[in-house]
Amino acid sequence: MSTTTVQAVTIKDLRIDVVSNGNDIVDEVNLSIAPGEILGLVGESGSGKTTVGLSVLGHARRGVRLAGGSVHIGDSSMLELDDKALRQARGHLVSYVPQDPSTALNPALRIETQLMEVMEFHGFGDTDEARRARAVEVMGEVLLPGTREFMRRYPHQLSGGQQQRVGLAMAFACRPSVIVLDEPTTGLDVSTQSHVLTTIRALTTEHKVAALYVTHDLAVVANLADRVAVMYAGRIVEQGPTRTIFDDPQHPYTRYLTAAAPDISGDHVIVGLRGRAPSPGKRPVGCAFALRCELAIAECHAAFPAVTEVAADHSVRCFRPGAVPDRTLAKGVQFGSSSTEGIALALRNVSASYTGHQVVHDVNFEVHQGECVALVGESGSGKTTLSRAIGGLHREWTGEIILNGSPMERSSRDRPTAQRLSIQYVFQNPYSSLHPRRSVGDSVARPLRVAGVGKHEAQRTVGEMLEKVSLNAGFASLYPDQLSGGERQRVAIARSLVSRPSVLICDEVTSALDVLVQAAVIELLLQLQRDLGLAMLFVTHNLPLVRSLAQRVAVMADGKIVEFGPTDHVLAKPTEEYTKRLLADTPSITQALTSGALATKKR
Amino acid sequence: MTIISDAEDNLDGALPLPQKPFRPPGVMRVALRMWRTRFGLLLTTALVCFAFFGRYFAPYDEDQFIGVAMQAADSDQLREPSLFGSGKLGFDIWTRFLYGGRPILITAFLATLLALILGTIIGLIAAYNRGKLDDLLMRGMDVILAFPQIILALVVIAMFGATNELIILTVGLSTTPRIARIVRGSAVAVVERDFVAASEALGEPRWRILKDELLPNITAPLLVEANLRLTFSIGVIAGIAFLGFTADPIAANWGLMINEHRGGLVGDQPWGTTLPVIAIALLTIGTGLIGDGLSRAAGGVDRQRGDA
Repeated sequence: MSTTTVQAVTIKDLRIDVVSNGNDIVDEVNLSIAPGEILGLVGESGSGKTTVGLSVLGHARRGVRLAGGSVHIGDSSMLELDDKALRQARGHLVSYVPQDPSTALNPALRIETQLMEVMEFHGFGDTDEARRARAVEVMGEVLLPGTREFMRRYPHQLSGGQQQRVGLAMAFACRPSVIVLDEPTTGLDVSTQSHVLTTIRALTTEHKVAALYVTHDLAVVANLADRVAVMYAGRIVEQGPTRTIFDDPQHPYTRYLTAAAPDISGDHVIVGLRGRAPSPGKRPVGCAFALRCELAIAECHAAFPAVTEVAADHSVRCFRPGAVPDRTLAKGVQFGSSSTEGIALALRNVSASYTGHQVVHDVNFEVHQGECVALVGESGSGKTTLSRAIGGLHREWTGEIILNGSPMERSSRDRPTAQRLSIQYVFQNPYSSLHPRRSVGDSVARPLRVAGVGKHEAQRTVGEMLEKVSLNAGFASLYPDQLSGGERQRVAIARSLVSRPSVLICDEVTSALDVLVQAAVIELLLQLQRDLGLAMLFVTHNLPLVRSLAQRVAVMADGKIVEFGPTDHVLAKPTEEYTKRLLADTPSITQALTSGALATKKR
Repeated sequence: MTIISDAEDNLDGALPLPQKPFRPPGVMRVALRMWRTRFGLLLTTALVCFAFFGRYFAPYDEDQFIGVAMQAADSDQLREPSLFGSGKLGFDIWTRFLYGGRPILITAFLATLLALILGTIIGLIAAYNRGKLDDLLMRGMDVILAFPQIILALVVIAMFGATNELIILTVGLSTTPRIARIVRGSAVAVVERDFVAASEALGEPRWRILKDELLPNITAPLLVEANLRLTFSIGVIAGIAFLGFTADPIAANWGLMINEHRGGLVGDQPWGTTLPVIAIALLTIGTGLIGDGLSRAAGGVDRQRGDA
């Protein structure tokens, strides 16, 4: 950490724990951010990154307390302020941009009212005129029109990207010296994300605002942050300049994280990691990562390693810094070559509408046996409607969908049982796709029961299937709420494969999962696809991920397939304007590091 | 070295089972931690026991005369000793009180059960259908709701006569819409979830989706509502009895007792009215407290701090 400059925020030995039992959520956290600098705080869900982010505002959520250490913003010690002073400091000294702009803005108030309210509360500006002028100015700073018409709109009259910019405007209105951004682009499309990120970069540089950017998206961090801190199980395990963290990670966990992140222009292969991070109260005495670490030695299980400075401004908490497993040694699953075998699924002139409004126009494509085709598009492109139509869950469509040579009825109810079992659907959110009151075994056995398989036979098959998705037969008696997100998705995959389908539709199956879990699930899907000779239609908005799993890709925009071809070809030499723009807006780790123009991307 | 291989086992082998299988406690268990639920349960159990088994401890028969009607306990017009004096027609008040709870409780329970079954079926069908059938069913329910429950029940009973079956049927049917609305409201959110779509993709029959996918996921609000409806049904049936409509006018009945003895409230015999009033009040307070506890548990209002 450079000590010569005055830091805007300094966090020292921060400890945050649960009030009722004293278990640590976060401990021994040391961070500092200089004015105008963006620090990316990355980690899996549950690693404590949001908790640290909120502590900068002197806030701890219900049942949790800021137990030790200090947080300084300039001269103010955030943990020692009383409630009134804290309220004044928030928004004025430090402000917060939450993840979901649609819930953060008050739907009943005009944008102008909400902006003015923030400034009025903090006594910013002397008159209403001054504040109104500042409101218009800050709207300009976030690249929104400051016109009277626009300012008088309600949040629902704005797009998601515009809403998030209003969130930024509210955060920047009182010219804070520190801003905490909690995954502000997670719900946004790549093009919108790219605009919002550029705005954040410009604002922080121009006004010398220190930013703490909390996220799990490494590609965003690579493009935006000056420095990166990696959190695991409530501790910062590595901290350093962005380029160093990506090029020369010293902690094994950081290496796994970077190896698991799909990259639009880097390696094809993504590598997953098994197991899960220990939760508060169940953390081991030694290094919290030791149980999942290939390099763990006796020492690692005995004590938590101290912070080691491996270079100037680069620190790591590991007994064997630098001894990280090489990316090339890791055993990722490479997808097979393009298949020319029989056609498993064919779409002929498929059009679909949603409550009378046509959202899919005249789609034609085929999926061969043993092939994975990715259907890529932004939200509202009609990709999910199309995939649900194929699965028989959406009935308003015309045209022909042919499964293994025979055309299918519109609704799954009208299809013969054999056909229903032969095309299976894996849903986006494993938290909603499993019946909460039904055991894992019963859920997985459900398709077998429909197929008329006997109870004992079904039980045995379920056990085998659970092994295949890298769980074990013991999971059959558990309930979904006892499982992690990744385990749930494995169960959902087991349920879809237990009836030996020939076509598998995966609808954004990894978007609710952490990057390491995502990589592990993708590995599993590729393995199963190859072993079982499945035809797979993988619906996603995640372009980098496509590179790691699909032989061919169909790009969808406004309900039409605008480009279709081999993945490498489409991603390397896109012919359509839309695909080019999509690719340009997708943040890439490799490009960010090689171009050297960190965070100052065009536009 | 052993430690390294352990770690590798963990990487390569099957995932270990979660250490301590943890199930969040059900609504019932959470509710039972609250004083209001416990107190309500105590009150309800006490009164139900009283209403059902009290008659075996009655000093006289249900229809045994003990002297001149409407006399205080110390009156010399009574042939037999009496705890609270005599009531209408010269029956013993205490005996009539011990006998009079059972009919009300049984009819109220059966009426609520009927409403619960019908309301759940209608609500689930409406929620799952979400089309014309939904509109038809729910608007039909609204029509029933538009009439005040007690008036509706009185009209029907006045027309066809007061039999136990008819009382149960009218109170049950007029309670149905309230349950149907709650069920539909809770189930609509469940229908949206992907595990229902997963069942549809498998082509499960509709009735099985209602029974296996939707019903188990709305038990918490259903429990709360059922309890609330039981409380109301007790009140309504007591009210109907108060107005003179009971299957057997000679048999003891709390509602009827209140009516018969209200003249004595200002005279020598206040107990004929006050005893059943207190009993009904305590019973509804008891079931109400249980319902309140259940709804707090279902809504997570009293969740322990820190485990959110």
